[in-house]
Amino acid sequence: MKPDRKTAAGLFVLALLAVLPPIFIWTGNPFYVDLATRLVILAIAATSLNLILGYGGMISFGHAAYVGLGAYAVGIPAYHELYGGFDAIASFSGSFQIPLAVAVCALFALVTGAICLRTKGVYFIMITMAFAQMVYYLFVSIEEYGADDGLVIDVRSELPGINLDRPLQLYYLAFVSLVLAIVIVRTIVNSRFGMVIQGAKGNDTRMKTMGFNTYIYRLTAYVISGAMAGYAGALLGNFTTFISPEMMDWTRSGELMFMVILGGAATTFGPLMGAAAFIVIEEVLSHVTIYWHLPFGLMLILVVLYVRGGIMGLIEGRWGRRR
Amino acid sequence: MAALLEIEGLSKNYGGIKASDNVNLVIEQGELHAVIGPNGAGKTTLVAQLSGLERPDAGHVRFRGRDITRMPPWRRAHAGIARSFQITSLIMEMSVIDNIALAVQARQGHSFRFLRDARRIPELREAAMGYLAQVGLADRAEAETAALSHGEHRLMEIAIALASEAPLLLLDEPMAGLGPEESAQLVEFLKGLKGKRTILLIEHDMDAVFALADRISVLVYGHVIATGTPAEIRANDHVRHAYLGEED
Repeated sequence: MKPDRKTAAGLFVLALLAVLPPIFIWTGNPFYVDLATRLVILAIAATSLNLILGYGGMISFGHAAYVGLGAYAVGIPAYHELYGGFDAIASFSGSFQIPLAVAVCALFALVTGAICLRTKGVYFIMITMAFAQMVYYLFVSIEEYGADDGLVIDVRSELPGINLDRPLQLYYLAFVSLVLAIVIVRTIVNSRFGMVIQGAKGNDTRMKTMGFNTYIYRLTAYVISGAMAGYAGALLGNFTTFISPEMMDWTRSGELMFMVILGGAATTFGPLMGAAAFIVIEEVLSHVTIYWHLPFGLMLILVVLYVRGGIMGLIEGRWGRRR
Repeated sequence: MAALLEIEGLSKNYGGIKASDNVNLVIEQGELHAVIGPNGAGKTTLVAQLSGLERPDAGHVRFRGRDITRMPPWRRAHAGIARSFQITSLIMEMSVIDNIALAVQARQGHSFRFLRDARRIPELREAAMGYLAQVGLADRAEAETAALSHGEHRLMEIAIALASEAPLLLLDEPMAGLGPEESAQLVEFLKGLKGKRTILLIEHDMDAVFALADRISVLVYGHVIATGTPAEIRANDHVRHAYLGEED
């Protein structure tokens, strides 16, 4: 593939993200490091969603549940290590918590995906949202973990060689993870597996009669995507040090979908662009007015209606109404 | 000759309409068997049941002696049944060669292969290119499928069926919507294919059917009213009344 404008734009944003945070620190603006960290972590979650939503055509409206489950997989072991009980999972160790986050999310994706993927279209959207809301209400009802007041993570994940209490170290862990996430999704998408996923999005019946059991390939992609979102959640828990069911609410899932569509679904750097635009615009507008949701929502509607392919579509110069 | 596909008592109702009414058919190894019939005779429904997209209400389908009545479509493809669609069914967002390469990939075992770039696997690309060349679309390989003409889409349908290397091809009205010249070319192409693959051809174009078929079955209201050689079908009074519309 020849280097194109979309790749150049994506690499440019990655380069900015690679060099800016230390500059923020030196210039006395540590708040912007927080902003960048949130941006990068949400970009990982959006990148994972893009695998199923963008490339696989599986419009999951419950992706925030995985982010939340990943965060609780950090918070709950830390809570028990600190206050006792549930010895089996009590731990501050990141090499336990992070694999736990990934495994729990992979399992949740496997079980719910096996059911959701029996449906199509609007039904799929609704049932993925329903499962996510189930998890939301489950955590709202668990008093021990703070119910809807949430849970403070007193001790961040302990990792060899990395101190997550240092904002820059946490940031670069997230940044490297984002680069890896983008590489992983891109590799999967271009592989034989990825061709099957994209083929099934384009024409499921044709793929079946060619000899592909599209259900099982879709389910696999769904599990990979959920596991990656769980990893993003583990990072997010370490970043905010506070987790609550609110981070799994359907509006959060909607935000992740926004990022993917705003940036450009089924493009390598689209989710990153979408997350970056989302965070930056949210930040700027919220300084201008407390009613920032309104202009933000309008902008989003305009992008979805008039810019085919989101920001990536704009960069490529594809104007005009969506088909 | 040995039977490759045996259809026995196949019945399918859609809310009281008998799309397939006790269909009995035997497709012999190596023959080109055409199924003709007026619109709404249940030809496409028959193909759907053979390829596994629809389940029959009753009856059996055996392929190479094995009962495949309840086998899902993707397993039938692996067993050796490929099909083309009357209404073009391609992956429009992908390039032409990507479509064909997927058909090649489909017969190479599972696709849980995550690392290599599928578009840079020479075996897949070269094989796909070969099938495109066979149908005369080699120069369109890199084009986006959606950008091709209807006639070219019909040829892609054929190329996908070929790429399966399946011994049995179910071709559902491959000439649908083609002009006379394109139709004639496709007839020539299918003539060249005769004997190499067993073909069940659903077709409206009577000239094509009588030029190509070894045997013809006539389907009317979901029921096979006659099976025989083209000459026998031409001479059959039932067929002439029911379908060919000749008054004598």
